[in-house]
Amino acid sequence: MSRLTAQQLVEEVLAASTADGCVAYVVESTEANLRWASNSLTTNGAMRSRQVVVVSFVDGGAGMAAGTVARTGTPDVTALVAASEQAARDAGPAEDAVPLLSEPPAGAGDWDADPAETSIEVFAEFAPALGEAFGGARDRGDLLFGYAEHSLTTTYLGTSTGLRLRHDQPSGRVELNGKSTDFSRSVWAGVGTRDFRDVSVPDLAADVERKLGWSQRRVDLPAGRYETLLPPSAVSDLMLYAYWTMEARDADEGRNVFARPGGGNRIGDRLAQLPLTLRSDPAEPGLEAAAFQVVGSSSAAASVFDNGMATPAVDWIRDGVLTNLVRPRAWALKTTAPAVAAVDNLVLEAPDTTATQDEMVAATDRGLLLTTLWYIREVDPQTLLLTGLTRDGVFLVEGGEVTGAVNNFRWNESPVDLLGRISQAGRTERTLPREWNDWFTRAAMPPVRVPDFNMSSVSPAS
Amino acid sequence: MQPRDVDESFLALPLSALTEAALTRAVDLGCEHADLRVERIRTQSITLRDARLEALADGEDLGLAVRVVHEGTWGFAAGVVLTAAEAVRLAEQAVAVAKVSAAVASDRVELAPEPPHEGSWVSAYDVDPFEVPDAEKTALLTEWSERLLAADGVEHVQSGCTHVKEQKYYADTSGTRTRQQRVRIHPVFDALTVDRTTGAFESMRTLAPPVGRGWEFVTGGHWDWDGELAELPELLREKTKAPSVEPGRYDLVVDPSNLWLTIHESVGHATELDRALGYEAAYAGTSFATVDKLGSLQYGSPLMHVTGDRTVDHGLSTIGWDDEGVEAQRWDIVRDGVLVGYQVDRNTARLGGMARSNGCAFADSPRHVPVQRMANVSLQPHPDGPDLAGLIGGVERGIYVVGDKSWSIDMQRYNFQFTGQRFHRIEGGRLAGQLRDVAYQATTTDFWGSMRAVGGPSTYRLGGAFNCGKAQPGQVAPVSHGCPAALFEGVSILNTVQEGGR
Repeated sequence: MSRLTAQQLVEEVLAASTADGCVAYVVESTEANLRWASNSLTTNGAMRSRQVVVVSFVDGGAGMAAGTVARTGTPDVTALVAASEQAARDAGPAEDAVPLLSEPPAGAGDWDADPAETSIEVFAEFAPALGEAFGGARDRGDLLFGYAEHSLTTTYLGTSTGLRLRHDQPSGRVELNGKSTDFSRSVWAGVGTRDFRDVSVPDLAADVERKLGWSQRRVDLPAGRYETLLPPSAVSDLMLYAYWTMEARDADEGRNVFARPGGGNRIGDRLAQLPLTLRSDPAEPGLEAAAFQVVGSSSAAASVFDNGMATPAVDWIRDGVLTNLVRPRAWALKTTAPAVAAVDNLVLEAPDTTATQDEMVAATDRGLLLTTLWYIREVDPQTLLLTGLTRDGVFLVEGGEVTGAVNNFRWNESPVDLLGRISQAGRTERTLPREWNDWFTRAAMPPVRVPDFNMSSVSPAS
Repeated sequence: MQPRDVDESFLALPLSALTEAALTRAVDLGCEHADLRVERIRTQSITLRDARLEALADGEDLGLAVRVVHEGTWGFAAGVVLTAAEAVRLAEQAVAVAKVSAAVASDRVELAPEPPHEGSWVSAYDVDPFEVPDAEKTALLTEWSERLLAADGVEHVQSGCTHVKEQKYYADTSGTRTRQQRVRIHPVFDALTVDRTTGAFESMRTLAPPVGRGWEFVTGGHWDWDGELAELPELLREKTKAPSVEPGRYDLVVDPSNLWLTIHESVGHATELDRALGYEAAYAGTSFATVDKLGSLQYGSPLMHVTGDRTVDHGLSTIGWDDEGVEAQRWDIVRDGVLVGYQVDRNTARLGGMARSNGCAFADSPRHVPVQRMANVSLQPHPDGPDLAGLIGGVERGIYVVGDKSWSIDMQRYNFQFTGQRFHRIEGGRLAGQLRDVAYQATTTDFWGSMRAVGGPSTYRLGGAFNCGKAQPGQVAPVSHGCPAALFEGVSILNTVQEGGR
């Protein structure tokens, strides 16, 4: 069947544009997934989609205005362009207006190549291995639940200022949840991946089996402040929330945790006592992400006028000190500060540490070892106080060894406050955020030790 | 007014040809069940920052999906090209997916029976928001935002409106053919004040809920926008000067603008049968309200009567038929405080030993497989219950909780913590000024067991959300919850500043 290629669609949109400026992008996506419960596959799917987005820029005399229209499939180009130009004319001058970019960023990709694709075949080796894990669990009287997903999106971005940029983004994730048949014991293992070639079902199943073993002895503990070891997944969910709050404009306007009382933002403030670095890098090995911005809708974090802007490596916190906040070009001009774009990966690391999580457990006299955090919501934006639950494994560590599984807790903590209280960080490793992996799978974090983590109340859930 | 029909532009899509192609191919390949969905979802989101348009984004998602049961195993495939050839390819791909899955699937999928349906259904609304010019919508939102921004003490205003038009065609091998269209809207205004010297900031948002109505919700006298926008700055000013709450146990009068979310989290999700059976165990979670407790679990006080429905006018979960062709229904979930029902789809109905699904299957886009999603789960008012003043009048020392804000609940739906837009102290049966830094925390059955009074019909309101999340891959669903104001005794109140260790 003949239909326009993504590149042809972009060119047709740009040719049809009568506006003062135009950005067009097409996202070609394919996805395959498997879901399972109680040692049996449940739902599944193979999906193919194409999104066509047109942003038109119109100068009505008082300043440049923008309008965005998005459609799926192969829409009528003339109608699409006309709709976005009408939206721009209706919009009135945009506060974030700056001239469109014309300088191509490094890493613009091969414009002419076909989109990258995935299919259900990506699970050709994974599915049988999962079947073997189901068999092993059945033999032990355990139940396995979980989800595996692989997607490939190829984005073709063109602008009336001559940019032609392309990015292929593979994303994958696996979550494996093990339970006893009465659901009273529950543990988790998860991993992010680009292609599933590095996913070992036996390794994940062994991790689950080990933690189910730790859960044989149950210990009830009350709410309170505990010395707590947070594994990389739990750290990633907390740091991601802090990252998503790093908007310079909100800080400058006094309305987020990074605002400085009296005006301005807290760049330059020491947030962590340890020399921790929180950073993003589109070229980070194993976590590769787009090296340029694709924006359909303006916000404090990004601007449609910045489409195609390079997103180089950036340190958000360097050696414990807040160093950068996300800042679109228009706000950068207004505040004479650098434009900084968010990147779709996040790394936290401490220099010169080699401690593994097991070594940190061995060095613990008495404390809690968590597995994941869940249902994380903002309670107080002033301090970025978050609430949430521990999930799928709170283990008691005594004399350097795990001695049993503890009830779950509701906790109340701010990731910004926690940064200042982390007393040890181990070796950084790739991890999968449990709470946020629907939106974010590219993270590398260390396990950390917090001397006084606030477990606010007991949750009877398992 | 003439009953509305589904838009001609949707009905003009090649629905019959796609049906014929997909279902014939699926039957040829040996499927015991196959269904086709064609969906077009239009979403417009207008956001304003300090009364200036920040973004106007208009999206449309059009696509089709084929779902099959092949030798007892699910198969699902979705695409965006509306041709018979693509429908055939999707049917073949769905069968291929079922075959890959079959090797590791031991549960046999069987669907509870449903008679075939043929028809059209359109939700109750007057003005299609997509027929109102963008400039007109933006102008009104701008004017109202300017009004708020001009008020003393209001330093920033974040506002906007999201509206959605959802069109759905469903056909299956039992002969069902349904065409549906529904519209929903959610306008929001959030006022923020900043104390530059201390760095303290505080915000307050309008209580207007998202509803299954059109643009008339903004212009047509369904909500007192003038009144709410006028009182917001003074309420916000009062909040910033309010004393920080003393933690401890208080009697709470919870307004429907807050209680709907507590119902959603602690009753709505807890009574989804797929959760109780473990199908969401690795993600959304399970439920303490397990199947063995049906008919015996004391969920709350005997005053508690909770219904599930997909029928109420302007409800966000209201439909004609669900995404498995099951007719919309209404049923009891908790009666006299006892668990008596679940929300199910056709496969879980059969697993739960029910003769028929109560119609809770929903897919949020043509790309996603239908899963069991929430009905409008509502707490019924007491026919002779007190009005709001009567409820507050019955409290010696307590707190009146208004508006939803932060929410979190555990994976078995026991332990929850909620905040709100504002908390008014109650002393001697009267409101006595606001309190700051308040959160309430409880265990589900303790909380509902402490419900001492349920408000009368005059206090009943429909609240809700557009963005209820569930399933992997993640799906969002719109849902409404009706409830009266109600009185809860001795609920644990936290001070959120103290929780933060300050």
